[in-house]
Amino acid sequence: MKYPFPVGTNDFIQGDEAIARAAILAGCRFYAGYPITPASEIFEAMSLYMPLVDGVSIQMEDEIASIAAIIGASWTGVKAMTATSGPGFSLMMENLGYAIMTETPIVIVDVQRSGPSTGQPTLAAQGDVMQAIWGTHGDHSLIVLSPATVQEAFDMTIKAFNLAEKYRTPVVLLTDAEVGHMREKVNIPNPDEIELLYRKLPQSDEEAKFPFGDIHGDLIPPMPIFGKGYRTYVTGLTHDERGKPKTVESEIHEKLIKRIVAKIENNKKDIIEYETYDLDDAEIVIISYGIVARSAERAVKILRKEGIKAGLLKLNVLWPFDFELIEEIAEQAKKIYVAEMNLGQVYHMVKEGANGKTEVELISKIGGEIHTPYDIIGEIKRGL
Amino acid sequence: MAVRKPPITTREYWAPGHAACAGCGCAIVMRLATKAFSEAMEEKYGDPDAFAIAHATGCMEVVSAVFPYTAWKAPWIHVAFENAAAAASGVEAAWKKLGYKGKILAFAGDGGTADIGLQALSGMLERRHNVVYIMYDNEAYMNTGIQRSSSTPYGAWTTTSPPGKYSIGEDKPKKWVALIAAAHMVPYVATASIADPYDFYRKVKKAAKVDGPAFIQVQGTCVPGWRVPPEKSVEVARLAIETGVWPLFEIENGDFRNIKFQRFPKDGKFKKPIEEYLKLQGRFKHLLKNPEAIQQLKEQIKEMWKVLGKEVELP
Repeated sequence: MKYPFPVGTNDFIQGDEAIARAAILAGCRFYAGYPITPASEIFEAMSLYMPLVDGVSIQMEDEIASIAAIIGASWTGVKAMTATSGPGFSLMMENLGYAIMTETPIVIVDVQRSGPSTGQPTLAAQGDVMQAIWGTHGDHSLIVLSPATVQEAFDMTIKAFNLAEKYRTPVVLLTDAEVGHMREKVNIPNPDEIELLYRKLPQSDEEAKFPFGDIHGDLIPPMPIFGKGYRTYVTGLTHDERGKPKTVESEIHEKLIKRIVAKIENNKKDIIEYETYDLDDAEIVIISYGIVARSAERAVKILRKEGIKAGLLKLNVLWPFDFELIEEIAEQAKKIYVAEMNLGQVYHMVKEGANGKTEVELISKIGGEIHTPYDIIGEIKRGL
Repeated sequence: MAVRKPPITTREYWAPGHAACAGCGCAIVMRLATKAFSEAMEEKYGDPDAFAIAHATGCMEVVSAVFPYTAWKAPWIHVAFENAAAAASGVEAAWKKLGYKGKILAFAGDGGTADIGLQALSGMLERRHNVVYIMYDNEAYMNTGIQRSSSTPYGAWTTTSPPGKYSIGEDKPKKWVALIAAAHMVPYVATASIADPYDFYRKVKKAAKVDGPAFIQVQGTCVPGWRVPPEKSVEVARLAIETGVWPLFEIENGDFRNIKFQRFPKDGKFKKPIEEYLKLQGRFKHLLKNPEAIQQLKEQIKEMWKVLGKEVELP
């Protein structure tokens, strides 16, 4: 297969462009989108590439329609994606819940900008973390990834598709204007070196009768394809294993929702990914994610030179969240700092994880500028 | 000697210093529309300032509100993309209850009207809110970097309708929101152009004076989006009228059988070929090498006129 961009080589491209290329290499052949800064470049790249790989790039009338279209497309067996920013992501909340409820594998990219509302369209923020995890109503779970570099944006886009397919769930790639618009060197591997996963399909007519049943004991039902002979019934109403609405039976609701949550929570170890830097003997631990983690890493280097035992935990996955890992770290550390570009979102999860074992402090910055290493160092030194 | 009243009021509600591009057609829309609206308010309520503006996200919102300045000399609420009509409905309904005398002016672009805002517009028209909604139609999402909208004309280049081996650019006919609005059988619907400011001025005044909702779709050139030189901004809009690409009409109370036309050739024969309109614009550059696509565009324009009840000939 010929790709409309160079593969098996390095390139110097924007984060948004990297996401578009990675999606195509991950097998995404359906993109539905709506213009919004700072995510429009993903759509523009898809408009150019999709016709050349026999895929679909379609402009919808709004973000509600964009996510609805990729949900529809996903049920035809195609890997599908949309991309947006905060305001559009807010509009997607209803259908994000629908995708969770109907166990539809889709990838949603949120290139975060400062909010609430129209906010600062061209500037970066990390204010959508809680919205990504808890924005849609009702009990649920999903997967949220957070890249810090253009290379990670590329790699995590592929990971997002694999996780979506493996666990039959929506995956949010939560990046920001800084990573989205920054140009960096990216290694684009040969397509045959990329491990790709595809959803579990029903192996028999009998299996196809249970598109929402845990028939293999792994909590993940096989997903039939529209147009391949099954009369699958998909609904956002509470449904039984066959997909038929069961809206007043409390046991059925409880069983369904607990399974949807458990298929993510029970596989935490497989999903969660993090990196550490000088963490082993660290007394001061910085926890960070996304673009801010890069400033935090630099801060650790500088602090170490000054003889302060600092270390970094960089979170690549924001949900599911490894509360146990945070508690382990809290037992070792004298103090934990959470550096993020909001008024405290992951901070609260870290505090819960630390479970009172050590002090947790927030190093917050909003307004569109990233923390400098010295913003972080200054806060830490004040606390010494 | 008696001093004649100027044909357009000297009052300004759209102040200089806004950040629109040189030659921006939609900035002309803002300035003229607010002038006409204030004149109508003065004639109707005796107070030229008896109005408020609801504005959707879009070019004219961005350029008119660059912190810490504002180009608006009127109460102005900027709401997210899809909400101009709904927010205007709220102001209007509350004013009515409070007994305020005045009217609401809503502005949104073609993306905020034809796509994401269509539902809110339909609701506003159907509920008969006393609002004049002006859709400034620059025929794509220009603010976010020239992505197509459903109001983008057939054949146009945009960043999400790139022409090439597999595409001629935008491959669907333009959606005429004015006709959708008229189907709500509201008191007044019109189209207008920056190339005929007096006609536009008169239409805004007329819209402002009717009781109930009114809708005006006005074409405004986008210099960077259409790839035209700034000094050709009005000229290209004039050619749109003269070649039959942009119809000027008024529909009252949804009466499609009695549409009033402006600047329509008596014999239905347009004198200038649409190529003259197309060749001025970089967004149609690729089309000039494609006579079939131009023919297709001509057929669509004829169809559009047929819907309006006119048989036309295009050279």
